[in-house]
Amino acid sequence: MGYQLEKQTADEIFNCLKQDYDIFAPKLFAGEGCFSDTDVIRYGKVESLDEICWSRRSDYSFKEAFLPVNEVLFYFTEDSTSVPACRKKPALIFLWSCDLHALRRLDAIYLTNGPEDFYYKRLRENARFVLMGCEETCDTGFCVSMGTNCTEDYDLYLKVEGDSVLADLKTGEFQKYFDGKDCREQEVIPDHVTENREKVTLPRNLSTETFSDSVWESYGSRCIGCGRCNFVCPTCTCFTMQDIIYRDNENTGERRRVWASCQVDGYTDIAGGNSFRKNQGERMRFKVMHKIYDFEKRFGFPMCVGCGRCDAVCPEYISYVNIINRLAKEEA
Amino acid sequence: MGLDINTKLAKKNAYRIGKARGEGASRIRVPGGYLKAEILGMVQEIAEKYGNGIVHLTTRQGFEIEGIRLEDMDEINEMLQPIIELLDINQKEPGTGYPASGTRNISACIGNNVCPFANYNTSEFAKRIEKEIFPNDLHFKVALTGCSNDCAKVRMHDFGIIGMTMPQYDPSRCVSCQACVKGCRSLSVDALHMENYKIVRDHEKCIGCGVCITKCPTRALTRSPKKYYKLTLMGRTGKKNPRLGEDFLIWTDEDTIVKIILNTYRFVKEYIDPGAPGGKEHIGYIIDRVGFAEFKRWALEGVELLPETEIRECVYWSGIHFDR
Repeated sequence: MGYQLEKQTADEIFNCLKQDYDIFAPKLFAGEGCFSDTDVIRYGKVESLDEICWSRRSDYSFKEAFLPVNEVLFYFTEDSTSVPACRKKPALIFLWSCDLHALRRLDAIYLTNGPEDFYYKRLRENARFVLMGCEETCDTGFCVSMGTNCTEDYDLYLKVEGDSVLADLKTGEFQKYFDGKDCREQEVIPDHVTENREKVTLPRNLSTETFSDSVWESYGSRCIGCGRCNFVCPTCTCFTMQDIIYRDNENTGERRRVWASCQVDGYTDIAGGNSFRKNQGERMRFKVMHKIYDFEKRFGFPMCVGCGRCDAVCPEYISYVNIINRLAKEEA
Repeated sequence: MGLDINTKLAKKNAYRIGKARGEGASRIRVPGGYLKAEILGMVQEIAEKYGNGIVHLTTRQGFEIEGIRLEDMDEINEMLQPIIELLDINQKEPGTGYPASGTRNISACIGNNVCPFANYNTSEFAKRIEKEIFPNDLHFKVALTGCSNDCAKVRMHDFGIIGMTMPQYDPSRCVSCQACVKGCRSLSVDALHMENYKIVRDHEKCIGCGVCITKCPTRALTRSPKKYYKLTLMGRTGKKNPRLGEDFLIWTDEDTIVKIILNTYRFVKEYIDPGAPGGKEHIGYIIDRVGFAEFKRWALEGVELLPETEIRECVYWSGIHFDR
């Protein structure tokens, strides 16, 4: 059901939603960028529609509002454990089409790749998603190449245009917030881009020779292994486990899972001191192949959604897009 | 008619009296070393019209137009006027050139306009100090640098201003990658370590350089909203006792620094050697003579330090002594 309404009415609806949901959206954190007097756009709890950064893709994806960077799995004492409660209010998360497609990747990993993940499942069941449209392409995204530029999988679509707001309700859950409000029914089609500046062709028939392709060495020698490409990625799901023993009582503690990066030292370390992928070239190969090749073999669609955040954040200006296109070209 | 030049006034008017009889150089101060490119064209025009076509880039971020005839100073001052206006230099009378040369150009590294390491806008702060202290005939050297790398070599100055930031840590965003720990160890002072997978910062060791923040891949470490500075004192070159400036205030703010510099002008007026050659005596030598405690009393007059500011109650300098 699509509606056109006044901004003021939308603000009232937003305030009602706030009572029932914790609302997360991309917003500007002034001065919190990497460098002095620079900002970062990342997810945070928002109190009004005006706080939301609609038009510029966030530097970090919706993932951090959805999957905690640090998540306590259980607390332990000598002979018992307890699982922390889930969030009290469901989360309402604003995101773009590419990110909503990323959610499907997270679902694949956490829900259909072996047993369902208890912690993911309860977060997932407690989350709703509001689509934000893209009037124009972002600078590094290639959603059109990846087929992630459009989506129907949202619960709610919102667009603020000056004093006017467009809304599209895909699920009945939000109908009650619009009922009785001054809304005009009309068809609403989410804004989406049909062309990006970046275009990507995925390689389709790589051979084992790709393993020793010179591209890994040439880009690997430039990579500093900071992991930014993973931390901004909406589809990276790797985590590591940390057992924390409380300093004041060594019989108690907690087990956390914490986001991990396949580019950062320690990721492939195993007991006995072995490490599988020691240099950055090997790590980059692993990441790229997983994003555009191996994942698809298992799940039927590529992992990468083409949001382009990894290319925008890399401090060494390594272009993942160029790597993929180079592999595709070599194959052809 | 013989050439009749008041060299003392000419020097105060920012002209150098050169080796060649009747020749000198016009000195153009650029506060913070930050200028619109159009000024370069104006400098070129003067150099080609009145100089020998050569310009020296000075050690304090100015231009020195070589080979000018001292009798052309008035005409050159006219041509300097648009430069002085573009640089927003305090001036008593338009068309009369730079009004003083005792207090030297406030120099600065490129700062956070461009540099990823800088913790503040050095040229903006340089301009703020410029507006407060110029024109002035007393011999003061002030320099600003964006971070503890001290590319501007501020410890060679009477007042050295080093940008700092107080790292803000959000453990809920930290992934224990240790990029900050490794960065601090290899590039800075090894003030970070990990306990229970979270970062602990040794505030006593931390120099506020900001390396940890630029290394953090998740924005778990960010800059403090407030900009902090380290103020170093009385570094100098020279014939008697060249030495590096010593820390005075750590985690201080802009207002305090400006007040201390202005207070120091009053201190110098009170205690300068009346027989000092050219009315100029390095502040450091005055402090050596009257004692640091007396200087500090004057410098901190009316100053309220931030609660987080660390002050060095006594400052001692070393350096090389050629005068003992």
